[in-house]
Amino acid sequence: MTIATHIPVVGSRPPRPDGADKVTGRARYGADFSLPGMVWGAVLRSPHAHARILGIDTSAARAMPGVLAIVTAEDMAESFSADVAAGESHVDMQDLSRNVLAREKVLYHGHAVAAVAATTQRLAKEALRAIRVDYEELPAVLDIDAALHPDAPVLHPGMFTRGLPETPSKPSNLASRLVMQKGDLEQGFAESEVIMQRTYTCASAHQGYIEPHACLASAGADGQIDIWCCTQGHFAVRSYTAALLGIEPASIRVTATEIGGGFGGKTTVYLEPLAVALSRKSGRPVKMQMSREDVFRATGPGSATRITVKVGAKRDGTLIAMDALMEYEAGAFKGSPAGAGAMTIFTAYAAPHQRAVALDIVVNKPKVAAYRAPGAPQAAHATECLLNELAAELGIDPLELRFRNATRNGTPTVYGATLRDIGLQECLEAARAHPHWSAPLAAHQGRGVAVGFWFNHGAQSSASVHLVEGGKILLQEGTPDIGGSRASMALMAADTLGIPYTDIHPMVADTASVGYNDMTGGSRVTYATGYAVVEACRDLIAGLRARAAAVWGVDPARVEWKDGMATDIQDDTRVLGLSALAALSGRMEGPLSGQGAVNLKSAAPSFSVNIADVEVDPDTGASKVLRFTAIQDAGRAIHPDFVEGQLQGGAVQGIGWALNEEYRFDAKGVLENPGFLDYRMPVASDLPMIDTVIVEVPWPDHPFGVRGVGETPICAPMAAVASALNAAAGTAIRDLPLSPPRVLSAILAKG
Amino acid sequence: MAIHVHSTINGQAAEFLCEPDASALDVLRDTLGLTGSKEGCNSGDCGSCSVLLDGTLVCACLVLGAELEGRELLTIEGVAAGSELHPVQQKLLEHNALQCGICIPGIVIAAKALLDRDPSPDETTVRFALAGNLCRCTGYDKIIRAVLDAAATMRDSAGAHA
Amino acid sequence: MAVRAYRAPRSIPEAVSLLASEPGAFALSGGTDLLVQQRSGARDPGAFIDLKRIPGMLGIEEQAACWRIGASTPCVDIASHAGLRREFPGLVEAAGLIGSKQVQGRASLGGNLCNASPAADSVPALVVNRASLLISGPQGERRIAAECLTLGPGRTVLGSGEFLSAVEIPRAAVRQADAYLRFIPRTEMDIAVVGAAAALQLDAEGRCTAARIALGAVAPTVLTVPEADAVLIGTHLDTDAVAACVAIAQSACNPISDRRGTAEFRRHVAGVLLRRVIAIAAQRAAQGV
Repeated sequence: MTIATHIPVVGSRPPRPDGADKVTGRARYGADFSLPGMVWGAVLRSPHAHARILGIDTSAARAMPGVLAIVTAEDMAESFSADVAAGESHVDMQDLSRNVLAREKVLYHGHAVAAVAATTQRLAKEALRAIRVDYEELPAVLDIDAALHPDAPVLHPGMFTRGLPETPSKPSNLASRLVMQKGDLEQGFAESEVIMQRTYTCASAHQGYIEPHACLASAGADGQIDIWCCTQGHFAVRSYTAALLGIEPASIRVTATEIGGGFGGKTTVYLEPLAVALSRKSGRPVKMQMSREDVFRATGPGSATRITVKVGAKRDGTLIAMDALMEYEAGAFKGSPAGAGAMTIFTAYAAPHQRAVALDIVVNKPKVAAYRAPGAPQAAHATECLLNELAAELGIDPLELRFRNATRNGTPTVYGATLRDIGLQECLEAARAHPHWSAPLAAHQGRGVAVGFWFNHGAQSSASVHLVEGGKILLQEGTPDIGGSRASMALMAADTLGIPYTDIHPMVADTASVGYNDMTGGSRVTYATGYAVVEACRDLIAGLRARAAAVWGVDPARVEWKDGMATDIQDDTRVLGLSALAALSGRMEGPLSGQGAVNLKSAAPSFSVNIADVEVDPDTGASKVLRFTAIQDAGRAIHPDFVEGQLQGGAVQGIGWALNEEYRFDAKGVLENPGFLDYRMPVASDLPMIDTVIVEVPWPDHPFGVRGVGETPICAPMAAVASALNAAAGTAIRDLPLSPPRVLSAILAKG
Repeated sequence: MAIHVHSTINGQAAEFLCEPDASALDVLRDTLGLTGSKEGCNSGDCGSCSVLLDGTLVCACLVLGAELEGRELLTIEGVAAGSELHPVQQKLLEHNALQCGICIPGIVIAAKALLDRDPSPDETTVRFALAGNLCRCTGYDKIIRAVLDAAATMRDSAGAHA
Repeated sequence: MAVRAYRAPRSIPEAVSLLASEPGAFALSGGTDLLVQQRSGARDPGAFIDLKRIPGMLGIEEQAACWRIGASTPCVDIASHAGLRREFPGLVEAAGLIGSKQVQGRASLGGNLCNASPAADSVPALVVNRASLLISGPQGERRIAAECLTLGPGRTVLGSGEFLSAVEIPRAAVRQADAYLRFIPRTEMDIAVVGAAAALQLDAEGRCTAARIALGAVAPTVLTVPEADAVLIGTHLDTDAVAACVAIAQSACNPISDRRGTAEFRRHVAGVLLRRVIAIAAQRAAQGV
């Protein structure tokens, strides 16, 4: 009997299994769920950027008809046993609790102070107006210099800077100082023939996901709790909510709804603990949605930064010493990604002497959250812009400068790991060979190149596969799908099992239906969850072989699994496919499933090279991105369309951050542009096609050679665009965004 | 005081009560259970609530529920005919042009509105026609390609029937 | 106050009566400004009086002496009207720039005018084309020049019970043409940082016999500068004449600095855009349509 050979599907571009639902409006996102008896929650937010809370009087609100419950910080747990692991960092539960509901102080305009549940949205909003909060207004600290001033108002009386040679005697707004270094900086600068130092700033930018945070929570009389929410990590939602409210995690089941974008901003909790607390108090399911204004005012944007880079080099462009002072705004609570920025800022380069000093600074603004390669885009902007300036000064082609100094396998990084199996060289070669690099430019047009790097993450994933009657496979994984990963899981499962892609039915299971998973983030899903899926399929295959052996009465060693079939290597007339095996289950040892669970300690870094062409109108400072090429090492592109999609989406976020996106605060710390009208993200007519090149330098530690790709795409675009714009305009603007007034000002200043 | 409205939604008669300041989006999502149209901003800046009102592309968040009296509304739920997808929907799938998908209902409606009146748009025309639909995941590239491809497909089948 | 009522009058007298008598009554045209403001609390209507079911409020009519545009006509209809575009390409362009395609499906000239934003895209082009506004109210109908409607940001001369029912634009003469440009940081969706309109009339020898410029978003209301108009008259719109016009106009600007632009930026770009719209209007007028 001839068995059809399985044609490998990894690397192909089939439609995604959840696609039909998404193009017809049938897919259900965070705000699309309802339950009978449901009531509405709303949040009271601080009108001050910095104030002590002297008292909260909810009596009038509680007395209003239709108001069923009110919660304040008193309803949250007082103490916590330990920090909770979360994605690429640990979370301080004292801080998280106070961010979810302010306790002693409000620390930013929009900070949540109380929440109510009422029978209609209108009543909930009226109830908020009836809550009386007594504030003692305090002076607000709104930028890095103000925060670090010796006489600055102190946000947290218990904040004594960590990482200084001596613990300070007075609290301050400097949460920590972290130094990463290798080599001997003094020696390096002494050997340098040319030294260049520049300071670059980036404004705070928001992830800009189109779907506001939303959730539905239902607490049962027995203490069992159900949450439906749009999140990048429903297991994290379970962990945080359990800790914040003092509930047993196993009593909480979280369903990750479809999610309308996250980019790191949905890796924490804002509404879910409030909705659960309100549901417990009211005995009703509680639905909560953020308004767009609340999303901007009171979730977690990316850090505003000031980075000073000093580079020492030989005249031929060889980099010897690289030093950075990285000042990051954390917002109201410690925890900016300054440290991650320090890990990335010089890692692409082989200069033997490197140091990055990372400062985590609190200010009276919303607490920052992860934003796609958190800390790295700002760092890359500084380094890559400076290297382009250095190349111009030395008369060296900027791409050639990168070739001369690109880091290689075996190089130790400032953070201790040694790079291996990296694809930077290949990305640089792809850039040099690309027609974009040598295309001619007209007047008022400029070209910029930049390198991007993110170290990526492994961590924990679990998956299960089940053989279903009819011979199809149900695949349960537990990392929310924000970019098409379900399809990639199905492709890897299909090739591992040797069956058609459409025979796999993948789903993102809830926290009660699949083993523990760390969140979707850190560019880890195709890598780590994919690994777990492969392990689950291998586990299932072992069971299928054993089952076939039992059916035939032979030694399992004789049974091979190939092209979706069990075959007896000693008798090729004997084959059993999935359909037959499923049908036989009831007569044999029962249902067949496979489990996979991983905790990957190493992860494959991903390098990129971006080329941008920008045209400037010298009369107005308006700019236009004419052409953009994103080149990145994906290890192995499981589904090339989705890899390209990551490159394109990250590129456009970087373009937006470079050109027009910024948080603008007034003198009282109130955000001036909390909406899509004046927080200006790129629209379709602003952009050209984003050309992509997928480089594949396989990561040997993954069954398919996968390397995470989701975050690196945002690292290089800001520097590529800034360098291109400065070349086009003849300017040297080092502050983002490059909004037209800033560009025009620089053009007029140069005369 | 609630207002009693008679409308036609996706070809079917629809009757509902709504508050004077309820938006058509509120009515669709919270009263009628049609959650395919999304709320991204509630101020007409993101396009994720795009619908066709008497054939005209509008944001449902900027139309009052009461204004639907006697009018015809097409939402994302009414674009496909059962399992037969509109070419725009089909091409978005083939090009794998969606990532999170939240903008896609609005994009489908806006692209359909464009192709209903302009069967041969060029890339720039498509980009400006979709400028009112924010997408944060894709950078728009594959979406634009999918819409251009859908236009070509629709021209071909129109030609085939000529 | 909460919005207690939505009414859709079927006649002008009914609308006038409702606007005068319903507590907190606001005229509702396209709603693209009013609904956003009601939700943010910037405006506080007690009742929406929807004007769109009144005969005559929608529609574009070519008359012998003027074009009559119903005040609630959506911009998408104006932007796609071939006849209007031939005579007033600048005005039609302006209408087609307000917001996105979705916004244009609802936004109207009436709303754009009565919202009284200094940055309103339709206003400079209406003003340079000498549009007049028909206002219906308790005392019947009255007519004012377009530039007389606004008193300041968000404030108009409309009294209790009054609303805008139509916009009338006198027919363009031969070799008369207009143009409108605005500056926005992106390519769509933004409120104009500066808007500039020009309407020019040329004689058979290409000399300028009439000129009107108007600037938006550089003053609390639309800015006309008759002294700037004057220096173009009798010239061939040569570089020096245009430069003089632009200089006068720039010094008349009184812009603010806000989240969309600084005063210096607005003043500078006003000059750049004015130079450009004069060139475009001149080229169109010379084509002699």
